Amino acid sequence: MTTPDYRLIDSTLRDGSHALSHQYYAEDVIKIVQGLDRAGVQVIEIAHGDGLGGSSFNYGFSAVPEKELIAKACEVTENAKIACLLLPGIGLADDLREVNEMGVSVARIAVHCTEADITEQHIKVAKGLGMEAIGFLMMAHMNSPEGLVEQALLMQSYGADTIYIADSAGAMTTEDVKVRVNALVNALDVPLGVHAHNNLAMAVSNSIAAYQEGAKNLDGTSAGLGAGAGNCPTEILAAVSAKYGIETGVDPLALMDVAEEIVRPLMPRQQVIDRAGLILGYAGVYGSFLLHAERAAKRYNVSQAEILLELGRRQVVGGQEDMIIDVALELARKHAEAELADV
Amino acid sequence: MTMRCAILGSGNIGTDLMIKLLNAEGSALELVALVGIDPNSDGLARARKLGIDGPHEGPQWVLDHADDIDMVFDATSAYVHKAQAQNYEDAGIMAVDLTPAAIGPKVIAAVNLLEHLDAPNINMVTCGGQATTPMVYAIRRAVADLPYAEMVSTVSSKSAGPGTRQNIDEFTKTTSTALREIGGANLSKAIIILNPAEPPIMMRNTVFGALPEGTDHDAVLSSVYEMEKAVQQYVPGYRLKNPPVIEEGPFLTPGGEVPHRAVVLLEVEGAGDYLPPYAGNLDIMTAAAQRVGEAIAAHRTQGAQA
Repeated sequence: MTTPDYRLIDSTLRDGSHALSHQYYAEDVIKIVQGLDRAGVQVIEIAHGDGLGGSSFNYGFSAVPEKELIAKACEVTENAKIACLLLPGIGLADDLREVNEMGVSVARIAVHCTEADITEQHIKVAKGLGMEAIGFLMMAHMNSPEGLVEQALLMQSYGADTIYIADSAGAMTTEDVKVRVNALVNALDVPLGVHAHNNLAMAVSNSIAAYQEGAKNLDGTSAGLGAGAGNCPTEILAAVSAKYGIETGVDPLALMDVAEEIVRPLMPRQQVIDRAGLILGYAGVYGSFLLHAERAAKRYNVSQAEILLELGRRQVVGGQEDMIIDVALELARKHAEAELADV
Repeated sequence: MTMRCAILGSGNIGTDLMIKLLNAEGSALELVALVGIDPNSDGLARARKLGIDGPHEGPQWVLDHADDIDMVFDATSAYVHKAQAQNYEDAGIMAVDLTPAAIGPKVIAAVNLLEHLDAPNINMVTCGGQATTPMVYAIRRAVADLPYAEMVSTVSSKSAGPGTRQNIDEFTKTTSTALREIGGANLSKAIIILNPAEPPIMMRNTVFGALPEGTDHDAVLSSVYEMEKAVQQYVPGYRLKNPPVIEEGPFLTPGGEVPHRAVVLLEVEGAGDYLPPYAGNLDIMTAAAQRVGEAIAAHRTQGAQA
């Protein structure tokens, strides 16, 4: 087998968890891990959608404790490495220690794209445990190429083996991706990765562009299952890569089988770019807010689109799901006041 | 009885506390020095300008002047405080710890201010803990049982100094412990988020409380309003950003499934003593520490008179 031109990290069991409101069960995990592993995926990420320790009122409680699911994934994988994701401020270094014991060998330490210095503690713990540490800069559309370079260099100095930028709002054009990847590849000694979302229907093309500019890792999820309008669908990425003659090391047809036969039947709805999904990309709002905003809109009888637009105006960052309730209450109050004024 | 105080740490928190102590009228706390480690720090420059001694020899300076110092407000970092706490106690200096080191008993000014006045070391938890534990306690006193409580604190990136950034696990762990030990929740979780928006956002805190079957929702809401007033007595910018709400679940919390949750959305506007008003996270910490210092001084005065 030839060496792949980029490494594919599958996040169906982590970012995909958002689309299922974190209701994964052990049998789902077993089937997905076995399917991806057979297809040749090298790294499979699993955790609550908001990372280790994400199960909460704010982000939604997991149906099954994530560590039970992680242990299951480690048990059934044959070749693929198991990865986890952790946001400092939500998960703890102790969580890394625990999952490392289970067999998780890759730790992605995720942070808003301007706050890299809060990852030092966790990157160092991951390295100390002998794990591969990946620094993961979220909402990368909110920082300039120079700004991202500065943040990525910090993570590199803490010992990160790979740096990722994540288009968590699915808000980047191909040009946005290219300038950022280019600047980072030139500045870093370690490999770069890109995590794309599909809110503007750019996930696959942006991922390919990132590869062409020098990114050596790409993220995706089966059937695009994920936050917002979804992630970069791995089966499509693999198929398009093949068309370009890019070696992926994975079997596109096997990935299509996983998407069609295992993941789609689990999905409460297909990943489409509807109005709310598109607004996320258009207004640059964190993708996981989508379903929380839908629930708050129903609860307080206000518009989901209005909630998302206001969150964009407030420049909220990933993790501030509580602000969805705040905005919904304020919109409800404004509507009530406007109705009174009309009488 | 006047207590001679030193503030250790000339960063955002230490400098803000210095200004609060200097502005307090009729205070029993006499500020002797703001002690840093960087002779060129902005905080020490301000101290000297205000006529306060501003040495840069760090904890050693405090220990060397033990005869002239009754109380140290430690605004360094959890690591530094852990390394020095025993030295302060041995030197007979009472320590009010503003780091999340959590060596001494935890005090939340609006809840258990008078409980640990004789302790040699008092821990002020965290800014988020000072802001949210009172509301967890407010929910707890209105219900028979609080199976689970959670707080989310968002602070502007500009107001989060290196101490917070390097100790983020200590922040969440210490805060979460306070929600149980002082707030009264059976289980708890704490989350902190940094937001870099410009202009900087005000400190925001959200408290979620799991409400079991049979909870008197009106009692929960009025208890929350009452607590808002209690905290406002020492942090005037502490307020409910929206009315507290009870949301319908069910919610599968770590403390079991509950039919409802209380959501308390708070904002803390700072007094603008050192950093601008967005940095309410500094104010709630320094205002609480000042209140604890005053309470200790009053307690010692009573002790001396008795």
